[in-house]
Amino acid sequence: MSAATLAGLIGAALVGLGLYGLITNPQPMRKILAFNLVGSGVFLLFGIIARRGAAAGFVADPVPQAMVITGIVVAFSASALAVALVLRLYEVSGGVTLQSDAAEGPTANKADA
Amino acid sequence: MSILQALDIGLAVLVLAVAAWTIFAREAFAAVVAFVAYGLLLSLVWVRLFAVDVALTEAAIGSGVTGVLLIGAAGRLRQAKKSAASEQPSKPLRVWAFVLCVLVTLALAVVVLSLPDPAPTLAPEAAQNLAGTGLGNPITGVLLAFRSFDTMLEKVVLVLAVVGVWSLASDRYWGGAPGTSRSAEPEGTRALLAQLLPPLGILIGVHIVWVGADEPGGAFQGGAILAAMWMITMMARLTEMPPISSVWLRLALISGPAVFVAIGVAGIAMAGGFFAYPAGFAKPLILFIEGFMTLSIAVTLPILVGGPPQRLPRR
Repeated sequence: MSAATLAGLIGAALVGLGLYGLITNPQPMRKILAFNLVGSGVFLLFGIIARRGAAAGFVADPVPQAMVITGIVVAFSASALAVALVLRLYEVSGGVTLQSDAAEGPTANKADA
Repeated sequence: MSILQALDIGLAVLVLAVAAWTIFAREAFAAVVAFVAYGLLLSLVWVRLFAVDVALTEAAIGSGVTGVLLIGAAGRLRQAKKSAASEQPSKPLRVWAFVLCVLVTLALAVVVLSLPDPAPTLAPEAAQNLAGTGLGNPITGVLLAFRSFDTMLEKVVLVLAVVGVWSLASDRYWGGAPGTSRSAEPEGTRALLAQLLPPLGILIGVHIVWVGADEPGGAFQGGAILAAMWMITMMARLTEMPPISSVWLRLALISGPAVFVAIGVAGIAMAGGFFAYPAGFAKPLILFIEGFMTLSIAVTLPILVGGPPQRLPRR
């Protein structure tokens, strides 16, 4: 098996692993981590497509590779916004939970920091 | 099996094991630390895919800057109330989720193993047109010439993320600065590191941007290294975040996308198309854009890591 195929299979496994964490872990911070695993798995799938597209003297197709670079930066932007939202939630409510207000009591989130 | 193949399989096992640790570790902090290690291992996989530019970006932004962001957040959340037991998904749900994820992985694996042969590729087109841009690195060519509109929009995404993060500030801190303030007594060891590293780091960052035209590197990777140098000096409390009302800060944040759009629009008059470069001037224009993009990235990344303002504005 070539290194590219192996990387593609790692990507497939990472998407599954990240998806499992995203569904089953209730903590928002862990969901952000899981979301990043799914993302990097998808990027690796781009990686195998780029590597297989080697032609015209290039070791890989540069178009999918450039898209992955753009993708990594956008994934970071999304993570930064998500982390800021989680920290704000902690500041306002003293806890980090995605459960609805009704379960916690109606007054828990009224006070603004 | 050759040595290289054995190394590839070992690397694959290691990446998946560390990735599994980020999902199954009990402590959020341990999971975040594992994520940083995971990013660095992943950049080795990218090297094996002959994607050195991507490997640099993954190591610098995917692992490095994201790592600082997540470790900082996990540290602040250590005191948070533990999530209630009722939030844990029930066992049947977890089993169903597991089955679903195995199916997704298997489906993707089948796709990976049955990709068409010969593979579709845009490499010949990129090779044909690269000479017209005067660049030697095809990835920089794609990012700043062939698909420059995507790259410009990505810069806009960074600015929008800053707007989103800042808008989470409390009213009384609006116009103030994020993070901790500069202290009279900087932190000893970290201050030494923050004085030794930046001269080298800035040199390496600028070098990576400059060689990006012909070799692996570019504005993203170099900008991320410059951002890291600024973050180190702030962590050692030798410098502090500027207040978000600072005009210079705001100009630096938007200079990359603004210059990019201005040159794109000028292309309509000068070269007959939005984001077209006049013949013969492509490379200098690309380097000009990359210079401002590097500045924007080097400022935006630490600002995003710093989060919303937490100090009262000076009046």
